[in-house]
Amino acid sequence: MKDMLLQVEPLIPALRRYARALVRNRANADDLVQDCLERAVSRWQQRRDGDVRAWLFAILHNLAVDQFRKTTARSRHVTIDKTSEGDFGEAAAQEHQLMYQDVLNKLMRLPEEQRAVLLLVGVEDLSYADAAKVLNVPIGTVMSRLSRARERLQQEIEAVTAAPGNVVPMRSVK
Amino acid sequence: MNHRPITEDDLHAYVDRVLEPERQAEVAAYLGDHPGIAKRIAAFADHHKLLRAALAPIADEPLPPELNLSRIIGQHTRRPSLVRWAMAAMLLLSIGGLGGWAVRGALQASPRGLVALTQEAAVSYSVYAPDRVRPVEVRASDSAQLVQWVSDRLRRPVKVPDLTTSGYRLMGGRLVATEHGPAAMFMYDDDHGSRLVVLTRPMSGSDQNAPMTPQSQGDVGGIAWADDGVGYSLVGHAAPEFLRPIANEVRKQARAI
Repeated sequence: MKDMLLQVEPLIPALRRYARALVRNRANADDLVQDCLERAVSRWQQRRDGDVRAWLFAILHNLAVDQFRKTTARSRHVTIDKTSEGDFGEAAAQEHQLMYQDVLNKLMRLPEEQRAVLLLVGVEDLSYADAAKVLNVPIGTVMSRLSRARERLQQEIEAVTAAPGNVVPMRSVK
Repeated sequence: MNHRPITEDDLHAYVDRVLEPERQAEVAAYLGDHPGIAKRIAAFADHHKLLRAALAPIADEPLPPELNLSRIIGQHTRRPSLVRWAMAAMLLLSIGGLGGWAVRGALQASPRGLVALTQEAAVSYSVYAPDRVRPVEVRASDSAQLVQWVSDRLRRPVKVPDLTTSGYRLMGGRLVATEHGPAAMFMYDDDHGSRLVVLTRPMSGSDQNAPMTPQSQGDVGGIAWADDGVGYSLVGHAAPEFLRPIANEVRKQARAI
């Protein structure tokens, strides 16, 4: 178990970050990470060779997907507006807080599978192959989801810029 | 110079900096000629920077006590005392059972053929599959050693069935004792952690060749068959009809030895 401690412990902050970005709610996210670590401890002996990080993210991701399914089944949607500011709030540095809140809000508008791939590749630096393992899909699917996720996030960002409230009235040119 | 056409996948791989240096340069040159696309790609890279910066503080937060890994490991290693207690209880039960068995022997013959094989597989499944500490004795990473061992003990070449096409990966295996001699047990699991067991041994006496026969007891299902004097039984927490295609796969591979 000593090798496990050495290999897994340094990855816990990244697991928390992924969980929180995926489900947003701090308490839910930490519960998922705790479940993930408990499973990792009990399955450590059965782990196949390969990247420990991808293995841990796969366990965490499966738990999160199960939770999404259950929440959907109970049709208790946690919409973006209902999540408390504190889930991300105090995390962001003061001067950039608004900008960071904004991009995270937009991220939450993406479908769960697009959000996952964007986080795994873009934030957690997993290779496409490892992301494919975590999501249990072929690499080609990772690529197409990544492409859709990036386009979608860009649309969300542009949509706000072009929203009526933000439009600067045009001046007539003399 | 002939350039391969730039694909959407190239553009995304460029953002993620996973292209070969040469290709990375080709994409960079292409973007230089296509400012519209370059702008879009730059926006994707900006997303990453923004998301990383927005999420970075989460990774810096101090870990709450529930996420203390040493503590989780500690709780886990204390748990085996419970497992040991359960095993002791099971041993006592089986001793009681053996006493009863001696009496039963006088009254009825013990099961033979496929019925016996299925029971052995079901017992192995119920004992080893829930085991969190050591469900298998030899892990999949040492499968060559496993094959050698069980082939020696069963005195015939044994091949470990590969069930990856059915979504199950080999965890490993062990030798198990049965009334009809040693048997090889292989255990598999899928991504959701559900486990299957394949038990195989030479058939003594009846059922040297037998078609696939489904059996189920409670929520544990099984399928057993025999080919040329070797019996196989596949058991899992599933209905026999779910196990059927996997059993077909095991039989196909065994016949190909």
